[in-house]
Amino acid sequence: MKILVCIKQVPDMESRFRPDSAGVWYAETDLAFRLNEYDEFAVEQAVRLKEQLGGEPELTVLSIGPDRVVEAMKKALAMGCDRGVHVQDTSAHLKDPFQIASIIAAYAKGEQFDLIFTGLQSVDRGSAQVGVATAEILNFACASTIIKFEYADGVATVKRELEGGVKGVVQLKTPALVTCQLGLNVPRYPTLPNIMKAKKKEIVVVPVADLLHEEPLAQTSSFYAPAKKGTGIVLEGDVADQAEKLIAILKEKTAVLR
Amino acid sequence: MKALLVGEYRDGKLLDSTYELFGFAAKLGAETAMLLVGRESELPSYGGTLYLADAGKVGEYNPELHKKLVLAAVEREKPDYIVFLHSSYGWDLAPRVAASLKVAQLSEVISIAEGGFELPACSQKMRRTVKPASAVVVLTLQGGAFPGLKPGGTPQLQQIDAEMTGGVTFMGYEAAEAKGVDLAKAEVIVSAGRGIGKMENIPVIAALAKALHAEMGASRPVVDSGWIEHGHQVGTTGQTVSPKLYIACGISGAIQHLAGMKKSGFIVAINKDKDAPIGEVADVLVVADVMQFVPTLTAKLAK
Repeated sequence: MKILVCIKQVPDMESRFRPDSAGVWYAETDLAFRLNEYDEFAVEQAVRLKEQLGGEPELTVLSIGPDRVVEAMKKALAMGCDRGVHVQDTSAHLKDPFQIASIIAAYAKGEQFDLIFTGLQSVDRGSAQVGVATAEILNFACASTIIKFEYADGVATVKRELEGGVKGVVQLKTPALVTCQLGLNVPRYPTLPNIMKAKKKEIVVVPVADLLHEEPLAQTSSFYAPAKKGTGIVLEGDVADQAEKLIAILKEKTAVLR
Repeated sequence: MKALLVGEYRDGKLLDSTYELFGFAAKLGAETAMLLVGRESELPSYGGTLYLADAGKVGEYNPELHKKLVLAAVEREKPDYIVFLHSSYGWDLAPRVAASLKVAQLSEVISIAEGGFELPACSQKMRRTVKPASAVVVLTLQGGAFPGLKPGGTPQLQQIDAEMTGGVTFMGYEAAEAKGVDLAKAEVIVSAGRGIGKMENIPVIAALAKALHAEMGASRPVVDSGWIEHGHQVGTTGQTVSPKLYIACGISGAIQHLAGMKKSGFIVAINKDKDAPIGEVADVLVVADVMQFVPTLTAKLAK
């Protein structure tokens, strides 16, 4: 059995974002990058499946981007993936979701994967398209937003998260792709021995030009901070002072404090 | 200009959010046609062309088949836009349609911008304007971004059908877990978010709730980490609340959480990140470390 996990490296969302010189995405200066949270659930689930099947499946982790994405791939390898594929692309941030999906599909086509795991979305772009579009191009069965995954004999039984806490139960025949949502699992922390082992695992580098054959279908024309509605009061400074000011405001504006 | 709107049913009921599609089309100034996989006894208040497939026959979740139905309606209507909601149904189906047609999809549209559409980025902290380059464009709309609009009238029905295919089988729905706490009736809610750091800090937030005679709420990551039971969860996958006072402790303000609490009478947010999206809906934003500020506030309230 062959399994592919697709991951993205993204900035910490508590960072301050500023437009880059072209004004179409964020400037990378001063940003700390990490493995996209949703993709961490994807990696964890794939590793659990490998363990369930006695270690037989081969787990490949793929990431598209500049050289810094190797750091995120090393984490996935330390969590239990077997090998990495780094699709080298210094302008991945300018590609639209269909192009990214087509790159993954172009790589996967020759590899005969049985299962592909991706995150529901990246926290920076948030299109929630890449996984589903990849399945569409590859003609894989696909379910998005999964919060439970079970596998037996070529069939994956998953729960999709719907609105209001309702879940939809869906069965997928492999080859299949699932996109993973918060709540699916609690990702493991890589142990030191596994971090050391991961350093010896193979990471194949593929230039993006070898896999990309699609023109962009959409382009970002500007990237900016939202206009502040500015109606709220902002309290800064000393904590005791903030607390007193807040109590005064609550007494004045709400009927809750007497 | 024409828009094909794809609405939603859940368990045989037309979802109210479907009317947001008409609100969007009106803002865009587009003619409309609609596609629904639903039932004839439960039709929207809409006088235009409605392509209807019977959910009893094809199922409410059958993405391969639903995609084919959308493509069949696209073939007949030749729309410029194919519009979904950015919901568990829309974000599952829209990319299949866009990839099949090889056209642009813009996700989670929040407004119509000059020459394109405005979308969120970086977990709602930033915005971007995106210009589609394809002749047909697939859109998903952020819930609540466009006001619901009931056009009125009786639809002109067009039955539509497609062959069953694909490796996906829908087994059924599973009901939401029973609510342990009815937050809808609470006058004051104090909610804990990921910013509190760890489960051991829950009692600090609970102490503030007690001082204010409030119920405890929580954001999704706190519930998923098992720090508090699901019954306390506020947001689209939890409870929708509107207390007189809502205090968000260390909650950054994911759109799903905001949708569940933004109608509260007065909102206080405590967050060390001044730019966190929760600041957009807060009446008061306290820029502080939640674990330093909350005990101080609780102590002062006790006096």
